[in-house]
Amino acid sequence: MRRTALALAATCLVALATLPAKAEALIAALSTHRIAIASNFTGDQLAVFGLVERDGRSVARADPYDIVVTVRGPQRMLIVREKERVGPIWINRTQRRFPDRSIYLSVATNRPIAEILSEEAARRDRIGLANAQRPQGGFDFEFDIARFREALIRTLEGKQLYRLDERGVTFLSPALFSSQIRIPAISPTGPYEVEVLLYAGGSILARQTTNFEVVKTGAEQRMTSAAHDRPLLYGLATVAVALLLGWLATVIFRRD
Amino acid sequence: MQIYLPIAELPISIFLVLGLSGAVGFISGLFGVGGGFLLTPLLIFLDIPPAVAVATVAAQVAGSSMTGVLTYWRRNALDFKLGGILVTGGIFGTIMGVLFFNSMRRLGQLELVITLAYVTLFTCIGGLMLFDAVRAALRDRRGKPARRLREAGSHPPWMGLPLRMRFPRSQLYASVIPIAGLAIVIGFIGAVLGVGGGFMLVPALIYFFRIPPAVVVGTSLFQILVTMSGATVLHAVTNQSVDIILAMLLLVGGVIGAQFGGRAARNLNVSSFRLLLALLILSVGLRFAVELFLPPSEPYSVVVPEGAQR
Repeated sequence: MRRTALALAATCLVALATLPAKAEALIAALSTHRIAIASNFTGDQLAVFGLVERDGRSVARADPYDIVVTVRGPQRMLIVREKERVGPIWINRTQRRFPDRSIYLSVATNRPIAEILSEEAARRDRIGLANAQRPQGGFDFEFDIARFREALIRTLEGKQLYRLDERGVTFLSPALFSSQIRIPAISPTGPYEVEVLLYAGGSILARQTTNFEVVKTGAEQRMTSAAHDRPLLYGLATVAVALLLGWLATVIFRRD
Repeated sequence: MQIYLPIAELPISIFLVLGLSGAVGFISGLFGVGGGFLLTPLLIFLDIPPAVAVATVAAQVAGSSMTGVLTYWRRNALDFKLGGILVTGGIFGTIMGVLFFNSMRRLGQLELVITLAYVTLFTCIGGLMLFDAVRAALRDRRGKPARRLREAGSHPPWMGLPLRMRFPRSQLYASVIPIAGLAIVIGFIGAVLGVGGGFMLVPALIYFFRIPPAVVVGTSLFQILVTMSGATVLHAVTNQSVDIILAMLLLVGGVIGAQFGGRAARNLNVSSFRLLLALLILSVGLRFAVELFLPPSEPYSVVVPEGAQR
């Protein structure tokens, strides 16, 4: 907790030093920048802390502050396939490729997105599970594959990799907020980008991004790198261990 | 208790894996089949990526076959001469199977080919074996003598092809050509389906060559041991999808199960052996048929293509 506080303080200082000349500034920090996967890994959590800094000279706003925390995980190529009936059997007929899709996506807000901003603004600002991965600013060419995109979100939500929590951000004071980011056990390794947006009256006041990474450590990391760097040796070692265990069993169970 | 699998990249319950592999290991030891055709679908059902499941099961099958091979060898129920021919043919078949596998993957219809192959192969083989086993059991009940395994001086025509060899352990004097041909076909199917092929080799050797079941099981395990060891190394080198932790867990359960299976096999008479193996193979085929014929609850599936995983 002390390290967290220190990190938070340091981030605050850096952010204060580079404050733009705006009425509000957003300062956000993570409780950790590294999620380590060891052999007992069953998922983890990390916290986002944030502070809304108000310029004392500007007048108070009528609208309350809203916070949207979007976490985008490592990107992979994803293929969504659709089963169709051909004669008596069901087979995968059509498929759509989604290049560079985050396998992990989490959106947390302090109240329902529909209350924070309009649907149009959500699309523009890339808010929500359906919008978070739209190409920025560009025209959306994906309207004809909506059902595939919906299926993608539905499937990954079922695996807890995609998550929308419309009560996931808590205001501890009018200016101080926190949010929990859940990392399920099957989360991919790699860089995760955290984007914190401050809203009031449906428009963005401030934006802050930070990141963390999920990495394998210790024996898990050594085994993975062995499998990738010395595949032949790794394969032979696996076979040797397998045959050894098989032989050992006959020795242990030898009764006849 | 959960353990994180480094290559599959997910945590799994140790006891679940041990129990599952123990049960499959028992079946493997009982029938002399590799058990891969049961274990691979089960692991995929537990959310383990298919590529990792296929590759890791290869290692597990190699290890548990080792136990069986040693057990049968000690009982002198293993024909190395026949096994050597089967392995040689199996290697050619496997290479052709891998080439076919890759070309189907390029065409994007690999999944359909695999499912259709499982359904037709398993229901046909299982159905034929069941029919034969039931007929034999009925004949037993009526008190008529069971069909002789081999009449003296008579043999199916394919045994009389040129290049005849004697296999004293298998009480066989037959041409090498149909044996090697059988091994090539099974190696091909095995590589495409990601299974050892024991479930096809055992009945084929019993029905087509009338080799005593006890010798068939040991010899088939020997062939599986060699081909699956090679398959493990090939998988590790080509797609890095062998999970050594999962393989070890599967092995611990599998070898213990196989021990008890091997013991149980000695107390099993030939007709119930056939009946049980037939029912097992038929049920796996029907399981895949259900997937093929029933409307799916979720018609969409999301996959991360191989090669894009890293």
